[in-house]
Formats: sequence, structure tokens, C-alpha cells
Amino acid sequence: MLAVALKGLAGRKLRSVLTAFAIVLGVAMVSGTFVLTDTIQRGFDTIFTQSLKNADAVVTGHQAFGSSGGQPVLSPSVPASVLAKVRAAPDVEQAAPSISDEAQLIDHDGKAIVNGGAPNIATGIDPSLTRFNPLTLVAGHWPHGADEVVIDTGTARKHHFQVGDTIGVAARGPIQKFRVAGLAKFSGVSFGGATLAIFDIPTAQKLFHKEGRYDRIDVAAKPLTPADKLVRELRSVLPPTVDVRTTSEQVKVDSSDTNTFLNIFRYILLVFGGVALFVGSFVIANTLSITIAQRTREFATLRTIGASRRQVLGAVIVEALVVGTLASLIGLFAGFGLARLLDSLLVSFGIDLPKAGLVYATRTFVVALVVGIGVALLASLRPAFRATRVPPIAAVREGAELPPGRFAWLKPYLSLAAAALGIALLAFALFKSGLGTARVLTLLGVGVLLLFAGVAGFSSRLVRPLARVLGWPAERLGGAPGRLARSNAERNPVRTASTAAALMIGVALVVFLAVLAAGMRTTFRSAVNDVFHADYAITAQNNFSPIYPSVGRAATHVPGVTVASSIRGDLGRAFGSTLQVSAVEPNVGRVMTQRWEAGSPAALSHLDGNGAIVSHSFADKHHLKLGSHFKLLTTSGRELDLVVRAIFRPLHDTPATLLGSVTISTSTFDRTFVQPKNLYTLVDTRGGASDANARRLEQVLKAFPNAKLQTKKQFVDNQLSGINTLLGLLLVLLALSIVVSIVGIVNTLVLTVYERTRELGMLRAVGMTRRQVRRMIRYESVVTALIGATLGIVLGLGLAALVTSRISFLTYAVPTAQIVGFVVAAILVGILAAILPARRASRLNVLEALQYE
Amino acid sequence: MVETEQVQPVTGAEPAVRARDVTRRYGEGETAVDALRGVSLDVQSGKLTAVMGPSGSGKSTLMHILAGLDKPTAGSVEIGDTEITTLGDNELTKLRREHIGFVFQFFNLLPMLTAEENIVLPLTIAGEKPDNAFLSELLARTGLTDRRTHRPAELSGGQQQRVAIARALVSRPTIVFADEPTGNLDSKTSGEILDLMRNSVDTYGQTTVMVTHEARAAAIADRILFLADGLIVRELGANAEAGDVLAVMNELGAN
Repeated sequence: MLAVALKGLAGRKLRSVLTAFAIVLGVAMVSGTFVLTDTIQRGFDTIFTQSLKNADAVVTGHQAFGSSGGQPVLSPSVPASVLAKVRAAPDVEQAAPSISDEAQLIDHDGKAIVNGGAPNIATGIDPSLTRFNPLTLVAGHWPHGADEVVIDTGTARKHHFQVGDTIGVAARGPIQKFRVAGLAKFSGVSFGGATLAIFDIPTAQKLFHKEGRYDRIDVAAKPLTPADKLVRELRSVLPPTVDVRTTSEQVKVDSSDTNTFLNIFRYILLVFGGVALFVGSFVIANTLSITIAQRTREFATLRTIGASRRQVLGAVIVEALVVGTLASLIGLFAGFGLARLLDSLLVSFGIDLPKAGLVYATRTFVVALVVGIGVALLASLRPAFRATRVPPIAAVREGAELPPGRFAWLKPYLSLAAAALGIALLAFALFKSGLGTARVLTLLGVGVLLLFAGVAGFSSRLVRPLARVLGWPAERLGGAPGRLARSNAERNPVRTASTAAALMIGVALVVFLAVLAAGMRTTFRSAVNDVFHADYAITAQNNFSPIYPSVGRAATHVPGVTVASSIRGDLGRAFGSTLQVSAVEPNVGRVMTQRWEAGSPAALSHLDGNGAIVSHSFADKHHLKLGSHFKLLTTSGRELDLVVRAIFRPLHDTPATLLGSVTISTSTFDRTFVQPKNLYTLVDTRGGASDANARRLEQVLKAFPNAKLQTKKQFVDNQLSGINTLLGLLLVLLALSIVVSIVGIVNTLVLTVYERTRELGMLRAVGMTRRQVRRMIRYESVVTALIGATLGIVLGLGLAALVTSRISFLTYAVPTAQIVGFVVAAILVGILAAILPARRASRLNVLEALQYE
Repeated sequence: MVETEQVQPVTGAEPAVRARDVTRRYGEGETAVDALRGVSLDVQSGKLTAVMGPSGSGKSTLMHILAGLDKPTAGSVEIGDTEITTLGDNELTKLRREHIGFVFQFFNLLPMLTAEENIVLPLTIAGEKPDNAFLSELLARTGLTDRRTHRPAELSGGQQQRVAIARALVSRPTIVFADEPTGNLDSKTSGEILDLMRNSVDTYGQTTVMVTHEARAAAIADRILFLADGLIVRELGANAEAGDVLAVMNELGAN
């Protein structure tokens, strides 16, 4: 019986290959995701571990609280006296201080070398303490003296720097020139988009205003001293303002941000793999259902010669398992290639991460195979049980149809119930407060799956009316083939519906994302317009990295500038949770308006040392009123006792991009936060935005290549470009599912052509031309694709409506042009999917087709 | 309607199949059709029984019920000592494996299997090993020895039907049911197939029931039963010639 199943597969090569393809793509996405994220993870791990090479303990300033949401919390630097105490400890053999900070390298054209959000690392090291140096020198020598820098080989190669060249470095202040003393690299890891600048310690201390201080001290123990003993000893001699950790603890701390980020990143990619597999499961189930209907007589014959129901069930499942296994294996290995492709895709979207050699973890193999085979198995169950219902007597009856199952009449009701349950779960997840993130996401996932499955199950009822409407143009344009195409699409509604459902899922998600992105754009635009009243804004080149305050200060002195007000930002901690803290200068009221719920605009200009402006939602949550006191923990570990001076409520409910939950004065912020930085600087000029004003500002900003001057409109557009980039990336990833659904349409059409061989022969015999046959198949394909697109658009709009009604800062904005674009794309999908089947149909030999049994 | 009395069951030693008062009604109410209206018969072991009748006479329905493919509305059918009309699906499957072989009008071979694989398929399904000597003999007798590795698509209609006959015989079933075995073949090939069927009865004592509407096919039988309007109306013995069969058929058809 196994042999029968296997030979059956071999006898249906094209179908098997097309079915397999539906799994290959999903599995490839899963395995590619794992390989890529593992590779990136190892890249980071290697960097973090290598950085602590040969150290047994690490001393840093005390980190006030943990990083949150991928945003790092910097530790304050430690005074030189700590180094002296470390060196004096009995079990310390050697201790190496270092500086770590950020500085942009400037290319030959005077532009800052910034790659998306990748860091521009700057360190100060003592090259004589070679045992702690994680870097390998490739050319030149280690930096020595106030004008020397060593840069990473990647940056040197990409931007054509050699030993002896002069390179600009933008640290805290304007650009300074350095001589490239050498090139260095981390062995075994590519740095991704990050850049590296290495100075000697005194130079770094001066550059970053850390004279007499260090950011980190690597400590090596005397031989035979265990690391934990060393750590205990150091803790006893050092002040509580420092953290002493073993190397592995330090690696954990260093990598926690990247791990959080990588996990999110991995889950997002896996979700797309999952969507592709979900779509694939429709394709497989549909293909199997069709082939089983076509093989009714074969199954009946098997039954008459003694096959039991269980054997028939087994045969179908084995078939699916074999296809699933082969497809999963192919997908697994295709994923290794896809990992590279994904990486290039990410790099092209500005996400260039460190990478070690490609990592093939056992988990990748196991998960990819289990998921692929599992999906094939699950998708085969229903068709397999249908096959067992083939009665033996069908062996002697021409055109025997499968009897409907006992519960077939329940299907539309069950489908509707599933869809309703899905919507209920979605609503529950969205509107019920107090659910954890994991639970919300799980509920959303299950809800969406149920909704899709339910709509797909019910959609066979919608095929006829939809085909009437959507097929109308085809009828008008296509004449007889068009009319036949439309009625062909209607003739087996279940089949058309399942085929269309695969496309529906992809389209629904695409539309959903497009609507959300449009909503974000609308909200953000009006929020900025309401709040900002400046002619210009200055941000970092990548629009989002915080930049050093020197830029904002420089803008103040530009002729024609009436107001230059910088808004700083960082994380703080209050009421047991980490939140965004902003800081404003007294002149901020001249460039920013808020709607005040309590207090007055004057509060903005008169924030004193312990005054705070809080957002409406923060005040609500913690029952704060004007004059209420609360404590805020800063990154330097200081606890501020703040008094609420005003409460603002944004005109639109916006996410906290403009002002954080808590806003304090810049002077307080600068005293109590580690490395204070600006999020943006708002600039008003005499006479408003003009070429002359822009030129004068640009002139001054030339010294700060990482700063970008933008008009208010450009600022909004640039901030939104992030949303567009993200949307673009997600759409590219969703394309995978769309491809799977195209395969589904191809598959159905191929099978249909095969099934209608005799009919096609008849049509040809009564005078239909090949071209007309092709057109008929093509129109049927387009009608099917349009049914999928229509259902998908409706679902996507509905899902987006549900989500936007929950998230108050999102308006429901339908991007009409994009949706028209999706419909056109669906027509193209239909045409594309019809190419192969139409060719097969048109090439049928009329005579053979008529004799075909 | 032919005025003939109901043919009495032949009482012999150990009939292979015993049917009593079998009726089969399709549909309900006014549109109901009675395909069989009370048929009783014994199929003798080791003999070839032909069931003849004009189309709509109920001959196919009778065979489907005798073979357990269809259930009678009333009446009983026993194969060996087993009452089959009350069997569940699993028991019927077991019955088919052990006691029944089928030959179909449209051959019903699996296109992806070779001739030999098709032949041994009933054994494969039952998880049994073929008796190689018997298999070789079957291949030789059906003239398929040099066609054993060919697929159905590479075989002529007659060859395909010979594969189907070998498949029906391979498990040495209690009874073989043949449903219009020559219905899809030209007359020369039909003759070969009929010889083969006759031969299997003579050589192996294979009990066989053949439904046919061709007089020539019926003429090879040991016993010919004529059905009309759901009843057995006439019977001919082993010595009947095609001409006799035709005469009866004309008589039945003339009414």
C-alpha cells in the first residue's frame, strides 16, 4: 500500500512538485530566519565575548536600571581612583581601563558614515595591555597620541581609507581630524553596518569629556584565583557606585539588548514563514482534495480488491507525508540560501547587523522539518478522511461523486462560528485590559487564524455572487471564452473558494498593514503640525539616533536664528516601570504647543530644578495632580524628587515620540543623566524657512556631519520614511505568501485542465481556437484571483478597523490608491498563474482529448 | 412481462453464494424504482454462472448485492457461511480480501503500477506474499509473462483485462465476479478473454459469476440466468449455444 502511494506520487509529478512548492517556501523562510538570526546572534556573541577576552572580571559604573525595549541604559563612567583600588587588590594580576562611547567617522566627502541604526563605536584602549585587546591589527600600529585613530577594516574598505590617511571624527563637538594609524578587525565576525574608531586612552578621555574617568576596567586574576573569588574581593574594596561582574555576567548584560531585539526580529520573520505555511496548507489541502476527487475510481478499486478504509486513509497521508518531507528538506536547504537573500534585503533596508560564519543549529533542522511535515500532515487529514468515504461500488459507476460527509451540512455554520469566534478572540485580546503581551499576541494569532479559516470555509457560498460581479468584465471582453471562464469558476465553488482563500490571506495582511501605515502617517502628520511651530528641525542623519547637544548649541548662535530649542530624551524609571523622559529648554514654549489639562504653557518655560510636566496618561495612571510629588530614577542612579507643574494632553493621542511621559528641565537632565543627548532641535528663524536661513544653518552644521537640517515638512516626511521602510520590508516578506497562493492557483488550474480534458477537446472540436482556450483559462484564473483579492481586501479593512478602534493614536485611513494597486496586482497574479495551465490546455490534442478515458 | 414461474434455487452441495428473496428499491415514494423484486438463487461452486438480461433488468444490481458492494432493501445473501448483508465495513473488507475477486468492464487497473504489481495488489494490500509458482503460472496462462513490467498504458485493452483477471484469481478467492468483462473490447479480444475465464473455471474450479448482455459471452457459462424487471425469469444449462441465448433474449426483449 505504501508502494501504491509512492508510485501514485511519481505518476503525478507536476502536481506533486507544485504541492511541494507550497511547503518549500514556508519552510525555507523558517530555516532561513533561524540561520540568519543565529548567525547574527553569534556575531554579537563573538563580539561581546571577544571583547572580554582574557578578563576574569569587569568593573563598570553602576547601571541604574536595565535596558528596555532595545533602548540601552548607559552606565556612568568611574573615576580613576577605582582603577587604583582595583590594581591594589591582592588577587589582581592586571587591570586594563577603557573608554567606550560613540563617534561618527567622516568619509572623504565630508559625510558621516552612518548605516541605518548601526552603532558608531568609539573606544579608548591601552594598546600595551595586549592580553585584553579583542581586536586584531591588520595594518599600521595601535593609536598613540592625540592625533591618531585606528578604524575597522570594513569601514576602511568601503570608504577607501588607508594607513596614513586623514579622517574626520565627530565625537561630542565639531569634527576633528585624525591620522589613520592602523586598521583593525574582530576575527571571525563581520561588523555589519557598525563603525569602529579606536584611540588611546588620554585622547578618548579628552574627546568624550571623560578626563580622569573610565567606562570599564577589565581585570585579570592571578593564576589559580577563581573568577568569583576575584569578584567578591573587588566588590569588598570598591564603592557601591560600581558594578563588578564576572565575564559571563557582563556578556549577559551587554548582550541583553541585542538579544531582546534579535528575538523580536526572529519572531517577526517567523510569523511571515508561518503565514506562508498557513497559506501553503490551504494549497496542499485543496490540491489533495481535487486529486482525491479525480481518483475516486482508483480508491474504489482498491477497496474492492480488499483495501480497508484505514489503508486508504494511510495511503493519502503517506502521500502527503512524503511530499511534506521532501519539500521540507528542500525548504530547509533553500532556507540557507534564503538567509543570505534576507540579509541582503535587510541591508538594503538599512539593517546591517554583525555576522559570524553562517550558523546551522540543530534546532533549525528540527523545527523546519517538524513544521513542514506537520503542516503537510494536518492539511492532508480532511482530504484523507474524504477518501475513506469513497464506496467500493464507485469502482463500477461512471462519474461517481464523493458522497458528502455526515456533517457536510454543518460546514457553513461551523465556518461562520469559527470566524465569529476569531473576531471575538481578536476583540477580547484588543479590548480586555491587563492581559500580558504574550497572551495578547497568542490570542491575536489564534483569532486571525480562526477568522481566516472560517471565512475560507464559508467563502464557497460567496463564489457565485462574486464570480457574477467580478466575471462580468471578462464576459464582456472575452466573448464565449469569457462566459465559459466565469461559469467554470462558479462550477465547483468549494474548489474556487479554497484556491482564492490562499490569496485572500496574503491580500488581507497586505491591506491590513497598508491601512495601519496610512493611519500612522495621518496621525503623525497632524500631531507634528499641531505641536511643532518651528521653521526647522535638526536630527541625526538616520532621523532617530540621539545626537550630542553641541549641535543644538551651535545652532543657537547662527545669525537669523531667533529660537533654537533642543529636546533631550532618555529612559528613566518611576513607579516601578521604565519610561521615556524628555528634557526641554526654557525657550521651548516658542516652538512647541501642547494642550494643557492642568497648569499652563508657562510651565514649559519655567521648569525649575525639580519641576516636571507629565503626560495625561501618566498622570491618570499614577493619580498625579498639580503639585503631586513623585520619584524618578535617572541613568546615573540619582533619584529625583519631582513635582508636577503641568499636565498636557496631546491634541491627538500620539505615541510618545514628541514628549515623553515625564518632561524635566534640560539643566536638571544634564546633571543627572549619563551622556545627555538631543532627540531633535527645533529652530525658528527670522523671516521663516528660506534659502538664506537654510544656507546659514547648513554652514554651521557642516562641522557636525551627523546632524541633518530639515524644514518642518521634511522633518515629518523623514520621520514617516521609517514607517514606509518598515511597510516596504513587511510587504516584501508577505510576497512570499502571495507566491505560495499563486502556486495554489496554478495547481488548481492544472488539475482542472486535466479533469476537463474531454470537455476541452470538445470545445476545440467545435471550433474554439487555441488562443480562445488560453483566454478562457486565463480569465478563470483572473476571476479566481479577484475573488481572493476582494475577500482579502474586505477582511484586511475589517481587521484594520478593529485594531485602529483600539489603538487611539491610529486613525482609520484607507489608502485607496494602494488598494487599487493591489487589485491590479491580483489581476496580474491571475494572468501569471494561468500561463502554464493555459499552455497545457491549448496544446491538447483534440483527437486524444476526445478519446480520453 | 414474461409469464414464467420463479426459478427454484438449484439444491446442490455447498453453494458458494446463496441469495434469498433479495429486493432492492432505489429512491422513495412515487419515484421509487424496484431494481430487484425478490430474487433467490444459489451459485454453484466450481461453476461459471452467467447473469443475462436486457438493460434495466437488474442484473448489475444483483451482482453488486451478491458481491457486497450494495445492500439489498430486504432479503439475505450468504457467501460461504457468512451472511453478508449485515456486515460492517471492516468485515466486508475482510470478506473481499479472502473470498471475492473482481473483473470490471473498464479494467480498473492502477496506472502507475506495472502489470505484475497490479496482479499481486490484492495480496500486497492484505499483507501477504504472493505464491511465486502460482504467479508465474498465472502470468503464463494469461500470456503476460513478457508484459509483467509494463504499465497499463503500454498494454492493449485485451492485455489490460487479462491483467485484471489474473488480479482477480491471484488470491484464489471463493468467488470471482465479472461485470461485463468484454463490454469494452472488440470481438476478437472478447473471445480470448472469454476463453481465459472459461479456462480458469475448468483449471482451478474457480467459482465465477459473470454479468453480461452479450449472448456469446453467456454461452460459455455452465448456467445462464435471465433477469427481467428485477426477477429471474429463465435459466439455461451448460449446453446452451449462443443462438439459444439470443432466442431467449429476443423473447424477453420482444415483450
